[in-house]
Amino acid sequence: MSKQMTGAEMVIEALKDQGVDTIFGYPGGAVLPIYDALFQQNFVKHVLVRHEQGAAHAAEGYARSTGKVGVLLVTSGPGATNAVTGLTDALLDSIPLVCITGQVPTHLIGSDAFQECDTVGITRHCTKHNYLVRSIEDLPRILHEAFYVARSGRPGPVVIDLPKDVQFSSGVYSFQENIQHRTYQPRLKGEASLVRQAVEMMAAAKKPVFYTGGGVINSGPAASELLRELVALTNFPITSTLMGLGAYPASSPNWLGMLGMHGTFEANHTMHDCDLMIAVGSRFDDRITGRLDAFAPYCKKIHIDIDPSSINKNVKVDLGIVGDCGHVLEDMIALWRSGEKKSDEIALGEWWDQIDEWRARKSLAYQNSKDVIKPQYAVQRLYELTKDRNTYITTEVGQHQMWAAQFYHFEEPNRWMTSGGLGTMGYGLPAAIGVQMAHPDALVIDIAGEASILMNMQEMTTAKQYRLPVKIFILNNEYMGMVRQWQELLHGARYSSSYSEALPDFVKLAEAYGGKGIRCSDPEMLDAAIMEMIDYPGPVIFDCVVAKEENCFPMIPSGKAHNEMILLDLSDDAGLEIGSIIDEKGKMLV
Amino acid sequence: MNAIAALSPYSSSMGKSNAERHTLSVLVDNEPGVLARVVGLFSGRGYNIESLTVAEIAHVERWSRITIVTTGSPEAIEQISHQLERIVPIHKVTDLTVRGRAIERELAMIKVRGKGENRLEALRLAEAFKAKVIDATLESFIFELTGAPDKIDDFVELMRPLGLAELARTGVAAIARGAEAV
Repeated sequence: MSKQMTGAEMVIEALKDQGVDTIFGYPGGAVLPIYDALFQQNFVKHVLVRHEQGAAHAAEGYARSTGKVGVLLVTSGPGATNAVTGLTDALLDSIPLVCITGQVPTHLIGSDAFQECDTVGITRHCTKHNYLVRSIEDLPRILHEAFYVARSGRPGPVVIDLPKDVQFSSGVYSFQENIQHRTYQPRLKGEASLVRQAVEMMAAAKKPVFYTGGGVINSGPAASELLRELVALTNFPITSTLMGLGAYPASSPNWLGMLGMHGTFEANHTMHDCDLMIAVGSRFDDRITGRLDAFAPYCKKIHIDIDPSSINKNVKVDLGIVGDCGHVLEDMIALWRSGEKKSDEIALGEWWDQIDEWRARKSLAYQNSKDVIKPQYAVQRLYELTKDRNTYITTEVGQHQMWAAQFYHFEEPNRWMTSGGLGTMGYGLPAAIGVQMAHPDALVIDIAGEASILMNMQEMTTAKQYRLPVKIFILNNEYMGMVRQWQELLHGARYSSSYSEALPDFVKLAEAYGGKGIRCSDPEMLDAAIMEMIDYPGPVIFDCVVAKEENCFPMIPSGKAHNEMILLDLSDDAGLEIGSIIDEKGKMLV
Repeated sequence: MNAIAALSPYSSSMGKSNAERHTLSVLVDNEPGVLARVVGLFSGRGYNIESLTVAEIAHVERWSRITIVTTGSPEAIEQISHQLERIVPIHKVTDLTVRGRAIERELAMIKVRGKGENRLEALRLAEAFKAKVIDATLESFIFELTGAPDKIDDFVELMRPLGLAELARTGVAAIARGAEAV
């Protein structure tokens, strides 16, 4: 099918052909032709955000909760630069996005025209790929190639910079499904001999552990199913990164909880003492490994990843398998079954006994209070009251995010949207808007901090305009809690600029935006207040006033190993001076 | 633990202590920005570039070949290759040093100013190095010399006391020996 149309119309046509029904954007001079084309059709719904960063995060939330490519449309210059944080966020968390930016007409490029910036230059480092479209003949190919690149292999953001004259000019549009890209053809299938070797190593392991990540979620729901099957077949313990939560059900007895800096005692000790680590779609990030030269010193490591550059990047592994984790897991299961492989049950029994001892340490325990809401308690109650509903959780970044990861438990993939790699405060509300657009009938909650939420607060207006009943659950401790915690640990409790002074009245703020505001500071009233939030049919800001100086534990201090975690009870008593936990070398790290 | 590991608790034993020099051949689509992507990768991730050359090698297909000389531990070089492979318009990355027996050549133009015995000595050495005289005045020569980078280094060092005035080098182009093509 080929048709004559303008560049702007081609954009809409390509979105339709790619099955995109929702995009997030903000108009401006350099994208007016596309907005005009949007106006004259009904297939693609446009969500007007209030800041382009919001558009990018909303598209991320949409993509992460559906498995589809998220799309945003912004204007040239400030429109593009405002989107940069969201693009970088998507790059670090491997979220497929296509971002269409307007550009000044080709004859003005390089003249420092009004709202001109070198968008492809600026975004080269924060996208998987980008394009400047110089002629209408290239546009149909680039539009579809962008979707292919965004979703194939390790997903990521792709920018199409589209000059205004190209939007106006007329050309022939055609769409070819299943394009064969000239250069970019990621390998999906793992090499059979390596998969065989992996299965042999698993059958021989005495202290194995699965360490899984966001790659399992990116691979699609089938990969999560296969992961469950393989864990069931082997009875190995399993832990996951922040990004991988939900790929494996938290209610399963094999689940150790999240690992890493604020992971559980059992997950981190299992990683440290294991003799075989099977990393699936995870990337040995510094939040996970802690001190690298003391990371999991006694084990062989298998690493399954679709991105060859992830293998041996931070940690040298014994067996790297390049491939999509869904495919590789499937092959592993087939080999395990057909070879009638069995786990070493006696060794595994002893291993589980050891793990149970670590579990008995109850590393997530905290001192609850009758007088003040503890943030952990707040997330626990939120979980209990929403777990049986069709719930999606997003977060901002900081202590509340870690408490959400620790105390909100996920049974399914694509239910948990958080900014892991980049750690972008202000992610959660726009992401929740994206999720709610994709799942209109679901309960979408942004677990937030009072500081983070103010970074993209303006998106409440978007929620109101599109009648999106997102719930913002603020753990309000009047501090940038994680900054404050690090200042307590590293800088003699000198709380430089981390106190949230001059906070707005969140209840009145909610009302000003046309939503509902709820405040709760009494643990006894908490359940009723949460129910009130859930039952309200519009956007809610819930100001949950929590204990101010609660720290997020357990914690691997910077520069320490997995088996050097500190626990809440250790830090309170036993004479441990909290300011002395991190040594000089650790202070250099982030 | 080695010295690097002691410097930073995050860094692994993949230090710079066992640095090797490798020549990478990178086949790319010659589209706008492709060189910026490659160079940006090196600067963004803190890799070294000792030499970089680029030219189109197939006009119809619009393919270019970029030859990069870099240094790093074997692990770092492997990582650089994989990072390059991730760049969308890159067709192929070949580590010519791993394949072995690669031929490296560089072209240099060397301006030498001098009179009398120095001038004669420069000319004699140029002959010994098989350098061509491509420009001459009564008080200067420009030599053209092609060869491995070491040979050019040697020649330049010899010219220094004889009146080396200016130097232009192309950087390394490299190709693997034998019948096989990359």
